[in-house]
Amino acid sequence: MIVDRFARALDDRLRLSPVARRALAKVFPDHWSFMLGEIALYSLVALILTGVYLTFFFEASAADRVYQGSYAPLDGSTTSAAYASTVRLSWDVRAGLLIRQTHHWAAVVFVAAIVVHLIRIFFTGAFRKPRELNWLVGVTMLTLALANGFTGYSMPDDLLSGLGLRIIVSVVESIPVVGSWLAFLALGGEFPSTEMIPRLFVTHVFLVPAVLVALVAVHLAMVVRQKHSQFPGPGHTEHNVVGSRLWPSYTLRSLALFLWVLAVLFALGGLVQINPVWLYGPFSPAQATSPAQPDWYVAWGDGALRLFPPWEVRIGGYRVPAPFVPGVVVGGVTFLALYAWPFLERIFGRDHRPHHLLDRPRDHPVRMGVGVAALTFYGLLVVAAGDDIIARLLGVPVYDVLSVLRVVVLVLPLLTGTLAFLLARALRRGDAARLGDLTRADLATAHGAERRPPEDASERPARDRPGERVEMWPEGDVWHWRYRDAPGGLAVAGNRAASSEEEAASAARLAYPGVDRVVVPGPPLPAPGRLRTALRRWSDRALGVSLLVAALRQRRDRRRRDDGPDTSAPDR
Amino acid sequence: MSRRRPPLAPAPPGVNRRIVLSFLASAAGAVGFAVTYGLGGQTQWEGVCLAVAFAGLATGLAIWGKRLVPVGGYVEEHEGFTPPPAEQAMTAAVLTAPDSPTRRRGLLGALTLALAALGVAALFPLRSLLPWDRTRPLGALRHTPWRAGVRLVTSEGRPLRPSDIPPGTTVGVFPEGHVDAADAPAFAVRLQPERFTRPPAAGHLDGLVVHSLLCTHAGCPVRLYLDGTGRVLCPCHQSSFDLFAAARPVAGPAARPLPGLPIEVGPDGFLRATGDFTRPPGAGFWSRP
Repeated sequence: MIVDRFARALDDRLRLSPVARRALAKVFPDHWSFMLGEIALYSLVALILTGVYLTFFFEASAADRVYQGSYAPLDGSTTSAAYASTVRLSWDVRAGLLIRQTHHWAAVVFVAAIVVHLIRIFFTGAFRKPRELNWLVGVTMLTLALANGFTGYSMPDDLLSGLGLRIIVSVVESIPVVGSWLAFLALGGEFPSTEMIPRLFVTHVFLVPAVLVALVAVHLAMVVRQKHSQFPGPGHTEHNVVGSRLWPSYTLRSLALFLWVLAVLFALGGLVQINPVWLYGPFSPAQATSPAQPDWYVAWGDGALRLFPPWEVRIGGYRVPAPFVPGVVVGGVTFLALYAWPFLERIFGRDHRPHHLLDRPRDHPVRMGVGVAALTFYGLLVVAAGDDIIARLLGVPVYDVLSVLRVVVLVLPLLTGTLAFLLARALRRGDAARLGDLTRADLATAHGAERRPPEDASERPARDRPGERVEMWPEGDVWHWRYRDAPGGLAVAGNRAASSEEEAASAARLAYPGVDRVVVPGPPLPAPGRLRTALRRWSDRALGVSLLVAALRQRRDRRRRDDGPDTSAPDR
Repeated sequence: MSRRRPPLAPAPPGVNRRIVLSFLASAAGAVGFAVTYGLGGQTQWEGVCLAVAFAGLATGLAIWGKRLVPVGGYVEEHEGFTPPPAEQAMTAAVLTAPDSPTRRRGLLGALTLALAALGVAALFPLRSLLPWDRTRPLGALRHTPWRAGVRLVTSEGRPLRPSDIPPGTTVGVFPEGHVDAADAPAFAVRLQPERFTRPPAAGHLDGLVVHSLLCTHAGCPVRLYLDGTGRVLCPCHQSSFDLFAAARPVAGPAARPLPGLPIEVGPDGFLRATGDFTRPPGAGFWSRP
């Protein structure tokens, strides 16, 4: 009642109901892979919440500070204020370590969720027209997430972060012509400058997050405007979205997912140590940790730096240092390719139609091959970032590992990519429903088979299926509709009530073009579930028994009245 | 219109109880966190309690969303993104009406010029991000605090005599008065001169050589010394340098030898530099070699 009154009061003042009615009824597809982006979003919320707490205790300054606190090995030592405040935050501020570790874990999960989300979008072709713009926004958010992860773990001014920063500065300095100027522009001097930490801090807590949050808003607004894509399925067309509604189903389920993300992040933050800066010690230009590995999401860059041979080229007598190709060119080409992919596929695939039904990964063998090759390549680069650890574990010289990886990183992606291409093509052309059903014959026939004519996706499912119809019925002042596919045993209801028969008809016409519409007298009875059937059976029996009992009692009473009126006399 | 609420659909048995239990577990987790914090804090317990608090809420809401409200079975129409041509034409007509600013080509050109000038001008203050003392990058990267007469000191600032460098280990050395300079760290090592396959770039004092500590690949300190082989290794990307062969890179991604530091024994008996490194230390940059 209160909710009802409040909603009415708000609507009387802001006139929200036309928007809210549609928004609350917005349909989300029911498939687990649509949650991946949500996990990234909720990790970002966790990052902001924990990050704001951390800013109250972190001191972004390179000035000398004497650490005095409960971490005995550093007690009384002079370090930078950034490092001292990070150790103080971890050891002397209550719940500080929990929040700091949760923040770091949230960053790790944030980037991981973005990458997995991107992989899903890529292999299902969700980036195709009209969603190319959102792909661009998404890739930009990935770069910002990487930048913020890096600035975040460079700020504490510990030994490991200092090494990482020095490597990045070296990569920037390797850029021809402007490299050293760019590095000096960023740091305000030669590494490690005193301006470095304050600038990293402002970038990390204000500049990048502000852009990131703005882009999240754009990303979500475009999803709402364009509506979700969906996998093909019964009742799914290019003109509709089938699934559950925002209210109440996805309100509860998304909230649950958000809380799950928080639960996992806090469990990790409490139980699994991450980035123990007090063990690394403060940054010193003459010290190094060994082994030295970065966070996983920059490891591919580190792996490329390790693998690239010692080649320095000269351009007009000027030196282009070795880190330029693995550090700048590989990274630049990676993101350029990501940005360009939707447009490349549209141009070379000659496909300019809009798509709202997703591909299965096999539907596009070229995309499958390229994607698998790229994943193999970057996966191997991440592995290469741990070449010293691999060498130690296997007990072999690190340079043997390096030599093997230098070959493998170029050969294996070609092999896996080709294999993925062949399998996808065989799956698409053959009869095998799953990878396990694939036979050699499928692979052989796929090779010679002519290209299947591209079907007009807007025709799926085929029009004029027998037994398919849209039913509409009035209920009080409003109209409802639903789509029924009698042979398939399918019935999906329109997501919201319409104010008139025409409104319901136009919604149904948009969602299922070409399907006949009929007006039915009333709401169709829901098919009784098991419980309801049992209840009904029991209630029927109870009714029968009670009727029987009533009849018997009535007969008994009548008989008594007939037998002797004096027995019932006191009642009167 | 009737304001009477329709009756609630009956919940399947046990669902309500599971949801309530989840929320109670969540509340217990929250209380546990508050108590742990109040008693002085303990990172692991705080994490577990908060995780239970959030997981309890999440479980309850997930059961609620799955069992008490309809899942699936709804369809929303999709208008598509091919607008009716008439509508598109009308919008275009509004934008290009006779009084539309987009038709004043001359004015637009002047406007573009002004905006471009302003945009370029707005980039100028970025220059202030460069070093305030107007240090030029190339000069700063080439030169270090080492110069003739600067004594070699330990990280604590203690000057070094040749006898302070024992065989079989490297000793970190710094220019006196600039122990914290990031481009100056070097190491001294005592080698057998007869094993030199190439003369050290900066010469040696009876096998005592001093090289920059910074890897010529990405600037990490080459802290790992493999005695016997005379090699130093960078822990970041595993570049390896052969100290017997003028600190030439022998494996890994580094392409240039470690610069050497020319040294002599001063009149006071302490080691001192006779100049800067033979080449700029650390990672390479766009420059004439």
